[in-house]
Amino acid sequence: MLGFLQRPVVVTADINLNVVALTALGLLSRLWRLSYPRAVVFDEVYYGQYVSFYMKRLFFLDGSGPPLGHMLLALGGYLGGFDGNFLWNRIGAEYSSNVPVWSLRLLPALAGALSVPMAYQIVWELRFSHCAAMGAALLVLIENALITQARLMLLESVLIFFNLLAMLSYLKLCNSQKHSIKYMGVFTYLLVLGVAAVHAWHLIGDRTLSNVCVLCHLLARAVALLVIPVIMYLLFFYVHLVLLCRSGPHDQIMSSAFQASLEGGLARITQGQPLEVAYGSQVTLRNVFGKPVPCWLHSHQNTYPMIYENGRGSSHQQQVTCYPFKDVNNWWIVKDPGRHQLVVNSPPRPVRHGDIVQLVHGMTTRLLNTHDVAAPLSPHSQEVSCYIDYNISMPAQNLWRLDIVNRESSTEVWKTILSEVRFVHVNTSAILKLSGAHLPDWGFRQLEVVGEKLSPGYHESMVWNVEEHRYGRSQEQKERELELHSPTQMDLSRNLSFMARFSELQWRMLTVRSDDSEHKYSSTPLDWVTLDTNIAYWLHPTTSAQIHLLGNIVIWASASLATVVYVLLLCWYLLRRRRSICDLPEDSWLRWVLAGALCAGGWAVNYLPFFLMEKTLFLYHYLPALTFQILLLPVVLQHISDHLCRSQLQRSLFSALVVAWYSCACHVFNTLRPLTYGDKSLSPGELRALRWKESWDILIRKHQ
Amino acid sequence: MPPAVGGGLAGSELRVRRGRCGSQAARAVGPDVAVEAAARSHKRPAPGSRHFEAAGRWALLALVTLLSFATRFHRLDEPPHICWDETHFGKMGSYYINRTFFFDVHPPLGKMLIGLAGYLSGYDGTFSFQKPGDKYEHHNYMGMRGFCASLGSLLVPFAYLTVLELSKSLPAALLTAALLTFDTGCLTLSQYILLDPILMFFIMAAMLSMVKYNSCADRPFSAPWWFWLSLTGINLAGALGVKFVGLFIIVQVGWNTISDLWHLFGDLSLSLVTVGKHLTARILCLIVLPLALYTATYAVHFMVLNKSGPGDGFFSSAFQARLSGNNLHNASIPEHLAYGSVITVKNLRMAIGYLHSHRHLYPEGVGARQQQVTTYLHKDYNNLWIIKKHNTNSDPLDPSFPVEFVRHGDIIRLEHKETSRNLHSHYHEAPLTRKHYQVTGYGINGTGDSNDFWRIEVVNRKFGNRIKVLRSRIRFIHLVTGCVLGSSGKVLPKWGWEQLEVTCTPYLKETLNSIWNVEDHINPKLPNISLDVLQPSFPEILLESHMVMIRGNNGLKPKDNEFTSKPWHWPINYQGLRFSGINDTDFRVYLLGNPVVWWLNLLSIALYLLSGSIIAVAMQRGARLPPEVEGLSQVLLRGGGQLLLGWMLHYFPFFLMGRILYFHHYFPAMLFSSMLTGVLWDTLLRLCAWSLASSSLARGIHAVGIVSLLLGAAYRDPEHLEMHQLLLSTTLKPKQEAQSCFFHFLPK
Repeated sequence: MLGFLQRPVVVTADINLNVVALTALGLLSRLWRLSYPRAVVFDEVYYGQYVSFYMKRLFFLDGSGPPLGHMLLALGGYLGGFDGNFLWNRIGAEYSSNVPVWSLRLLPALAGALSVPMAYQIVWELRFSHCAAMGAALLVLIENALITQARLMLLESVLIFFNLLAMLSYLKLCNSQKHSIKYMGVFTYLLVLGVAAVHAWHLIGDRTLSNVCVLCHLLARAVALLVIPVIMYLLFFYVHLVLLCRSGPHDQIMSSAFQASLEGGLARITQGQPLEVAYGSQVTLRNVFGKPVPCWLHSHQNTYPMIYENGRGSSHQQQVTCYPFKDVNNWWIVKDPGRHQLVVNSPPRPVRHGDIVQLVHGMTTRLLNTHDVAAPLSPHSQEVSCYIDYNISMPAQNLWRLDIVNRESSTEVWKTILSEVRFVHVNTSAILKLSGAHLPDWGFRQLEVVGEKLSPGYHESMVWNVEEHRYGRSQEQKERELELHSPTQMDLSRNLSFMARFSELQWRMLTVRSDDSEHKYSSTPLDWVTLDTNIAYWLHPTTSAQIHLLGNIVIWASASLATVVYVLLLCWYLLRRRRSICDLPEDSWLRWVLAGALCAGGWAVNYLPFFLMEKTLFLYHYLPALTFQILLLPVVLQHISDHLCRSQLQRSLFSALVVAWYSCACHVFNTLRPLTYGDKSLSPGELRALRWKESWDILIRKHQ
Repeated sequence: MPPAVGGGLAGSELRVRRGRCGSQAARAVGPDVAVEAAARSHKRPAPGSRHFEAAGRWALLALVTLLSFATRFHRLDEPPHICWDETHFGKMGSYYINRTFFFDVHPPLGKMLIGLAGYLSGYDGTFSFQKPGDKYEHHNYMGMRGFCASLGSLLVPFAYLTVLELSKSLPAALLTAALLTFDTGCLTLSQYILLDPILMFFIMAAMLSMVKYNSCADRPFSAPWWFWLSLTGINLAGALGVKFVGLFIIVQVGWNTISDLWHLFGDLSLSLVTVGKHLTARILCLIVLPLALYTATYAVHFMVLNKSGPGDGFFSSAFQARLSGNNLHNASIPEHLAYGSVITVKNLRMAIGYLHSHRHLYPEGVGARQQQVTTYLHKDYNNLWIIKKHNTNSDPLDPSFPVEFVRHGDIIRLEHKETSRNLHSHYHEAPLTRKHYQVTGYGINGTGDSNDFWRIEVVNRKFGNRIKVLRSRIRFIHLVTGCVLGSSGKVLPKWGWEQLEVTCTPYLKETLNSIWNVEDHINPKLPNISLDVLQPSFPEILLESHMVMIRGNNGLKPKDNEFTSKPWHWPINYQGLRFSGINDTDFRVYLLGNPVVWWLNLLSIALYLLSGSIIAVAMQRGARLPPEVEGLSQVLLRGGGQLLLGWMLHYFPFFLMGRILYFHHYFPAMLFSSMLTGVLWDTLLRLCAWSLASSSLARGIHAVGIVSLLLGAAYRDPEHLEMHQLLLSTTLKPKQEAQSCFFHFLPK
């Protein structure tokens, strides 16, 4: 027990000076003059506003990825004491003094800096020489694009950091530390999972191990690679949702129930409103699909034009539309067809699934109606109107059957916010639907509502939910607007569990679409490999100092070349081995395959999926793939030197070539440095000289 | 002695097959089958009974085929009106008979075959196929329906033979055949003039011939081997020639071939020359032959369709010049653009039209109040522009001046002929696309300012620096702002007469929206040449029609607020497709799978994955399996694996597709999953039977199992034959949505 007294406490520090030196260099290159430029640079404008939202704890929705990355950036802001007060509206805008630029940019820069020693570690763990490992780290160190991306408040460097960390962790057979920053992280994760699966398969085939032992191994791996990441992922969302508890700019996209769980916004309105919809209830009905814009069922005094522009006729009855703003004309009263009254009895008689109801428009007291008249813009569907009796033998058809879609029992009560309902027309079995088309000027550009008859399949555009709700107490039309909320209390935020909120948020994130498809600096994946494109990040307001995302073309080209060489060599070896000719000793063959699977595979899984994506793509999307390619480069070089150079002379020559090539890369780094750090204003002539490719867009001021 | 694998019938099947195709070599089928065969060899029956069994097998095949034909041809003529997509494919068949050019997103073979069938059966191509529900009346449509139904009927024997070959088990094959024969979905889909029966025919034929040639692998370069190999190639060409979905079976055959070659390559007893021969044979039969056939179908397609028709507008001006009846056909115009030429400029993207201007100004608040410039789809005098030098306003048509050709990189001015205004752009935002600049007509009588100058650039500069009518793809770059003239394809509001917006885009990416070509060209100083000289060559036509097809396919996007079929709906039979019944006709036809079959298929896939992984893990752990189980496991892993691969290849890619999808897209995958069901249940029942050692009981279990499955599949049979009259009874509907749909279509 007192063993520590008998032996002295010894701390053995085993410090690899290479790693220390690389870390120092990485920090130097990434942190040098970090708060310059003191202006919004490119996508900082985009991430910055999310940081502000975190600071103000406003809810937002971003389709680009899970919240960890944003939260990390926000952590930087929090540590720097940022209050979130900055208007992120323009690239190049000067930061005000309350923005802690340095600490906002610190985390990505640290991640970028640590990638350098990590590259070293990975190549070393792949059991290649220290020399190769050093080479990999030095290449990452002087890659201009990686430096630019890491020095700003952007997420790619963090993504790269975690990608490398996952790979390193797996190599060290520790737990996977894979978290998703952006959804691209998933691909690296899948790769690691794939490699792990192959290893596990070999493990199963290892007959020297007992069954129990194999089972334990497999369970341990499953926990490390599947369970932990899933829990972490959920945890990030949990923190995200806990942090963002106030209503914010993207409320409208979410369902009413979700909105009601946020502080402020809808919750303030719906708080304390009665839960069960009864005959006589006054309600607003929101379309669940909400595309192209979220909107509420609406009607107004104006009627459909007698004859449309294309010559078709209408019923000339009162228009029913879907209106994207709160309005007094959005109020409807649920009426029992058998009675005349528009007030709630006491006790209230709740409306249940399958009941027949009429919907009375609050301001005009006309009834929601549909009939066999073609809708204005969707001629295959029925027109929906508020019925006006013109005495032209066109009878009112205003009975609707209530169909609660998310019911649990067949007698379920219609609940405000929670119930998703469809209105099925009794006479024609048409379903009330938002068609998504904008009406022309006569309909004030509001959205068209139709009775869908042809395709009865379930679609969210046919589903509505009650958002605002109160029990109608007054018979008098004038007093209805002034009615008070009923006293029945309910707290909706407790009704929605974390998992429900998580799954809704996740679903919306995956389905939200940005329609801005064109950007000056967008590019296609094919442009990336050859570096045919660049992105101008920032231009000094007066001088021609500027920051570009522009790669070190020597590294870029040789990394691609290395990938090609690797694939060709691999095919060659595979074919030869198939004919039982082994060029490589078994251990170096396995090393060669594993390095390729992780590096070339990492490149492929981070690059190829972009060909299938339809969103706007930029050069920086290629950086994770590029990092893997860079790791492959020294692996291939060492392989050539070890196995393909036959004599000592060849080997020395090859080393000399490699040194020459590396100094060339350094030279390019140095030449492009002004565009990477943006610290030096170059003359137009110098800038023109830097335009090595036609397609590079370097900004040259005309009048200087 | 435990019962032999495969029992009586299957065992004899194996032996008969061996008699035909030589001994099953160890390499081809694997050592396990050899073990299995050795275990069984003492049971070889007398030659007489072999003949008897062979006859029995043929009789069974004949029975299966007959039943399949009988179900598919039963009341084929009903309903005597157009059902669903017959309106498209029947119409396209007629186009072939009338030799009218049309455009479709699918390759031509399927429609050509429909046209041929119609032609041979005496259909004269006069029916208009306007919309579903139109009565055929006296027109002869049975030839086309009969053709599709025959191909659809052949699916069943093909599946039967494929499963027989893969599992060597007659009950498995019978089960598969029953599943497909009694599946209402396959039945309905086979009865109409559609591409699907033809596509599925080629897919199944390719699969069958691939499996057959795999089992001839022990006798390479023999006649049957060559036969099946080249037949595979031919069927691949057929599948791809009907729909691009044929690519999936190509991937499957490709995968099979690569792994096959990989095995051969690893076989050190074969010399490299032999391996090279194998490789060459496959390249010849599986790449060269299909490509040649595929190209040949296009050659026939373009040869047959030589008259102008509804498809002209989708193709480039140069392409249209080859269609008789088109105004570009046999026309003669000057070949190269010169200053002073009067031209029309057409956008290269389809359905954009000609650069156009008219005497109307942009309304207040929309950029500068200058004359509108739009694109217009129809021929019109307002499409005419005069090409002028930027710095002089003298008339280039003055005979005293020499002819000066326009060259790549020249700076020009385009003057609108009717209004004498110049094509102009400036830093005002475009009316609809806010990030682009506005394009206007500016100036009086051709005198404007420096914003009227455009640099003309040829994108495909293989004709030298001059600009050739029809063939040169040109861009107009605005000199002052550096932007490119293009059309956004958006429709202008009423003030713009609902023509399309023209903008000047600052993004210099080469997209078709900003590339133009010169179509009409008038210049009295130049000699006219016949347009035939400019006609594109066959490879160019081929390339162009593929580009147009791909664009057409990508253009089929579902609308946001419409209910669309999603791939996950399909295997669970969530909702069908209405074939007939829009009008108040008596016939209601609804495409919906037989739930018994479909849900059994679904269950089987899950079971297969489970049992497959258990066996794979057991084998990887080196568990010693009895030879019978080992043999069955091989059938399950290899044969079943191929079928599972087929199912996945024909199903999962749809999840990635952005285009609009329909229920019937699942049917090729469904064929594979039915075959998998056959193999799986037979094998599982055999395994079950084997584990209950007693041989009579074992055989009993197997027999009872198979028979009950057969009966289960046939259970709804009477209803199925009534498909024309009635929707499937509601009790079979999986979801309430489908029910409401049913109620909805009941006669009032």
